[in-house]
Amino acid sequence: MTIQVLYFAWLRERIGLGRETIETEAATVVDLVAELRAREERYAAAFADMATIRAAVDQELVPLETPLSGAREVAFFPPMTGG
Amino acid sequence: MSAVPIRVVVSDAPFDLGAEAAALEAGPETGAVVTFTGRVRDVAGGLRWMEIEHYPGMTERALEGIAREATDRWPLSGVTVIHRHGRLAPGDRIMMVATASRHREAAFEAAAFLMDYLKSRAPFWKKEVTEDGAEWVAAAEKDEAALGRWDS
Repeated sequence: MTIQVLYFAWLRERIGLGRETIETEAATVVDLVAELRAREERYAAAFADMATIRAAVDQELVPLETPLSGAREVAFFPPMTGG
Repeated sequence: MSAVPIRVVVSDAPFDLGAEAAALEAGPETGAVVTFTGRVRDVAGGLRWMEIEHYPGMTERALEGIAREATDRWPLSGVTVIHRHGRLAPGDRIMMVATASRHREAAFEAAAFLMDYLKSRAPFWKKEVTEDGAEWVAAAEKDEAALGRWDS
């Protein structure tokens, strides 16, 4: 399946882009992370500490074990600091 | 309950705190309006500016969801949530929440609830730029812990 993957804040800076289109068969969000990590060192570095990573699927905050079936957009970002 | 007016604004532009608060005073049954304003605080080393990143689309949805939840929990007559993004100077207003109700308890509690949720559930990220460089603001443990008091 084809999905849009978005990165925010220091994840965006470490990976060096804010958005990309990815062809993947990953079953879950965390499986997608494993695929990304295996790609290149900058991804491995950005996703080194999963305790600092949050994810959203189709703009809903979700746990990392969430299935990707039917997902169009997956976003990765650090804990939010609004307010 | 869905008839309660909710106003959510995500923008790089400044907002008029007084006008926003006054807009919630419509109707003689509104006895209480509570507002909270968040501002850019100076930091040790001298803050040059703060950069606020957001997730267009998800940010608006998350804020609307949190505001809707507040209207489900408390008898409110109006809710306003405004949050800026982009480059802000020390002393600039970052955001505000305002709640209106017949009585003050609901308005105060709903405003506190909105703030607690917005802090760690709305997709915004702050970066502080000082003379020494730029640093992303780390999420505070206490902000995550603050959500616990609304579980029920």
